[in-house]
Amino acid sequence: MALTGVQIFKLLPKTNCKKCGFPTCLAFSMQLAQRKVSVEKCPDISEDAKKQLGEASAPPIRPIKLGSGDSAVSMGEETVLFRHDKKFVNPCVLSVAIKDTEDEAAIAKKIDDVLHSEIDRVGQHLKVDAITIMNESNDAGRFEGLAKVVAAKAPAVPVIVCSENVDSAKAAIAHFKGKGSLLYGATASNMEAMAALAKDAGASLGIKANGLDELSDLTEKAKGFGVEDLVMDSGARKGKEIIEHNTYIRRAAIKKGNKSVGYPVINFVMRDNEYLETMLAGLGISKYSSIVVLSSVDKWKNLVMFTFRQNIYTDPQVPMQVQQNVYEIGTPTQDSPLIVTTNFSLTYFIVAGEIENSKVPTWLAIMDCEGLSVLTAWAAGKFTAGKIANFIKESGVESKIGKKELIIPGYVAILSGALEEKLEGWKIIVGPREANQIPAYLKSL
Amino acid sequence: MSFTPPKEVYNGKVYTVTISKGAKAVTFGGENVLPFHSFEGEFVNKPVIAYEIQDIAPSEWPEQLRQVYAAVGDDTVKWAKYVQDELKAEAIALRLQGTHPDSGNRSADDAAKTVKAVLDNIDVPLIILGSNNVEKDAEVLVKVSEVAKDNPCIIGKAQEDNYKTIAAAAMANKHKLIAMSELDINLSKQLNIMLTQMGFDKEKIIIDPMCSALGYGIEYTYTVMERIRLAALMQNDTTMQQPIVGDVGMYVWKIKEVQASEDILPHWGALTPRGIAWEAQTACALTMAGAGLLIMRHPEAVKAVNAFLDEMM
Ligand code: B12
Ligand code: SF4
Repeated sequence: MALTGVQIFKLLPKTNCKKCGFPTCLAFSMQLAQRKVSVEKCPDISEDAKKQLGEASAPPIRPIKLGSGDSAVSMGEETVLFRHDKKFVNPCVLSVAIKDTEDEAAIAKKIDDVLHSEIDRVGQHLKVDAITIMNESNDAGRFEGLAKVVAAKAPAVPVIVCSENVDSAKAAIAHFKGKGSLLYGATASNMEAMAALAKDAGASLGIKANGLDELSDLTEKAKGFGVEDLVMDSGARKGKEIIEHNTYIRRAAIKKGNKSVGYPVINFVMRDNEYLETMLAGLGISKYSSIVVLSSVDKWKNLVMFTFRQNIYTDPQVPMQVQQNVYEIGTPTQDSPLIVTTNFSLTYFIVAGEIENSKVPTWLAIMDCEGLSVLTAWAAGKFTAGKIANFIKESGVESKIGKKELIIPGYVAILSGALEEKLEGWKIIVGPREANQIPAYLKSL
Repeated sequence: MSFTPPKEVYNGKVYTVTISKGAKAVTFGGENVLPFHSFEGEFVNKPVIAYEIQDIAPSEWPEQLRQVYAAVGDDTVKWAKYVQDELKAEAIALRLQGTHPDSGNRSADDAAKTVKAVLDNIDVPLIILGSNNVEKDAEVLVKVSEVAKDNPCIIGKAQEDNYKTIAAAAMANKHKLIAMSELDINLSKQLNIMLTQMGFDKEKIIIDPMCSALGYGIEYTYTVMERIRLAALMQNDTTMQQPIVGDVGMYVWKIKEVQASEDILPHWGALTPRGIAWEAQTACALTMAGAGLLIMRHPEAVKAVNAFLDEMM
C-alpha cells in the first residue's frame, strides 16, 4: 500500500543534507509520496529503506504484457476508479475465443476476422488484440492441433491458452514459447503444474477462481510457486456479478493496497445474443476489465467496441487534438479550395475523411482551438473572426493559393461578415453544416 | 486468506420518481448506491426506457429506422399506439419536433391537440418534449402542460434561458420536469437550485446533463453523469439527487456510423446491426454512469438494452 509522506520520512537519513535537491528530508518525502521524484535522488538512503519504498511505490495493479514485439499489449497499472480523477491507463484487451471443437472453416474465419479487424479511428489504429484458444474438448491432441493452426496463421497475435487440463495446457503452450502468452486455467488443484508451465513458456498465468476469497488465496499460492505475472478470473460470468467482483477488486487494490488482487482482470462474456455480448464487452470496458473474451468479432461489433474503448480511455483533462497546420488533402494546387476548421481530433478526422471521399484535392487549415469542436470552440471564444483571421494570415497559405477564398463550417455562418472585415481582400464562403455534405459540396464548386 | 469486500459508505440517496397514467405506472431512481451496485445497497428500480415518437413524420431519421415506423410514422396517435401495443413500450416520449421554426413551426395550439389525442389513446406514461428551441419551447410547453393537467407527465426540457415559464406551467399542472444544462456538473446544479428557489419541488426534477452519442462525445456525458451521481451519493448533495435522463436516440440517429452503408465503408461492417448496437451501447453506457430513464428509437436497440439490464439487476 502506498506510504504517506510522513511514513516515508521515517525511512530517510534525516540529515537534511540537500543532495536530493530539496531543502529537507521531509520536503523530499512529500514529493516521493506523490511519486514526483525517484528514490534514487537521495544518495544516502539505506538499501533496506529503498526496498521498502520500492514495494510501497509499486503500482497497485501490476503491469503485465500480453504478447511480444509490436503487437504486444499492456495491461494493469490503473490508479483510479473513475475516469474524471485521472486517465484510465491501459485499454481493455479484446480477444476472440476459438474452441477446439469448432470446425476448420469456423476456426479459419475467426483467425481471419482478427487479422482483418484493423480500423483507423480519430488517428488511432484499433484492432482485436488477441486470440483465446479454448480446450472445450478436454483432449490434449485436439487442443494442440488448434494451437498449431493459430501459431501458424497468426504468428504475431497475442494468445491466451485456456485449459485446466495440464496435459492439454502443456501441449498447446509449447507452440507459444517466449511469445508472452497468457496461460489461463490455474486452479487450486493444478496450480503447481500450471505455474511451472507458465514459467517455462515465459507466459503469464491466468487464475481461475470460484469467488473472491478463493481468488486472493490462489494468487498468493501462485506467487509461492514463483509466478508474479498473474491475470485473474474471479469466476464472475453474469453482468451483475462482473460489476460486483470487478469493483471490489479495483477498490481493494487501489484504495486498500490489497496486493493479493493487484492484477489485471479477465472476463468471459460470450453470449448467443450478439448485441448482449457487445454490451457486456462495454461493461468490461467501463468497469475495470483488462481482458474481455468474446465469441465472435464481426466488423460492426468491433467498431462499436473500439469506439467505446477509445472514448472511455481518452484523457478527461486533454481533448484529443491534432497540430495546427495547413494540411494537404490529396495534392492541392493553386486552384484548390481552402477550408478552415478547429483542431479537435474528431473534427479533423471527420472533415479530412470527407474531403478524401470527395476526391477533390483541398487545403485544410486546422487552427489550434485547444482541441475543441467547432461550436464548442466558437462558444468558448476560441474560434472567433479575429483569431481565424490572424491564423490564416500567419499560416502563409496565401502564397499557395490563387483566389483568396476561405470556406468556413456551416455551423459558424454567423462569423462570415466579421471575417470578411478582418481578412481584407478575402471572400468568405459558408460551407454546409454537416461534414457528410462536404463531398457533394466540393464537387459542386 | 479471505478477501474482505471493501464496501463503500454512501451518505445520500436518489429520489424515486414515479410517472403514472393509471395502472401502468413506471418508477425509476431510488437507489442509494452507484449504478448496479446492489451488492452494497439498494438498486431496485431497473432503468426505464421510453420510446420516442414525434408529432411529424420522421423524415429526418435514417432509412433503417424510418422503415420500422413506415406504417405509422405519419400519424402520431397510430404511432403511439403501435409502440405501446406492438412494441410493449413501458413509457412514451412524444417529441414536438414539428413546432420547431425550421421543421414546420406548428403552433402551440396544434401541439396541444396532438398531446391531447395521444393521451386519450394510450395508457402508459407520457413524456412530452419540445423541439429544443428555447423561445418556442417556452410557448409550446406551457400550452401542452395545461391540456395534460389530468395526466401527470414529464415535461421537458427546461433550460437556463426558459426554465421560469416552463417550470411554472409544470408546477401549476402537476407535472414533473426535465432540467437540461450543457455538459457541466456546475451548470446542472445551478439550474436545479434556481428551479427549487422558485418553489419547484426538487423531487419532481429529472436531470438532463445533455446526451451525446458513442464516438461523438459520450465520454463527456458519461463523466458528467458519473460525477452527478457521486455528488448525490457520497457528498449527500441534495441538489444533485434527482434521477438522470439520457435522451439517446436523438443524438445517435444523426451520425455517420448509423447511416453509411457497408458498400461505402466495408470495414465498418453491416449497417443494420451497427446502427442498433450504436444506440444500444450509447444507452447502456449511460445506465452505467447513472441514467435511470432512457429515450430511445429502435425496437431492437431497446431489446438489447433490456437484455443487458436484466443481466445487471
Ligand atoms: C462534447 C461537447 C463539449 C465538450 C468539449 C468537447 C470538445 N473537445 O470540443 C465540453 C464538455 C468541454 C464542452 C464545453 C462547452 N460547450 Co459544448 N458541446 C459538446 C457537444 C455535446 C458535442 C461537440 C462535439 O464533439 N461535436 C462533434 C464535432 C466533430 O463536431 P464539429 O466540430 O462541429 O464538426 C462537425 C461539423 O461542424 C462539420 N464541420 C467541421 N468543420 C467543418 C468545416 C467545413 C468547411 C464544413 C463544411 C463542415 C465542417 O463536421 C463535423 C461533423 O459534421 C455539443 C452538442 C452536440 N451534441 O453537438 C456541445 C456544444 C457544442 N457546446 C456548447 C457550449 C455552449 C459549450 C460551453 C460554452 C458550455 C459552457 N457554458 O460551459 C463549453 C465551452 C468550452 C469551454 N469553455 O472551454 C454548445 C454551443 C452552442 C452554440 N450553438 O454555440 C453546444 C452546441 C451544446 C448546445 N446545444 O448548447 N462541450
Ligand atoms: S539527499 Fe537524502 S538525506 Fe539528503 S536531504 Fe535529501 S532526502 Fe535527506
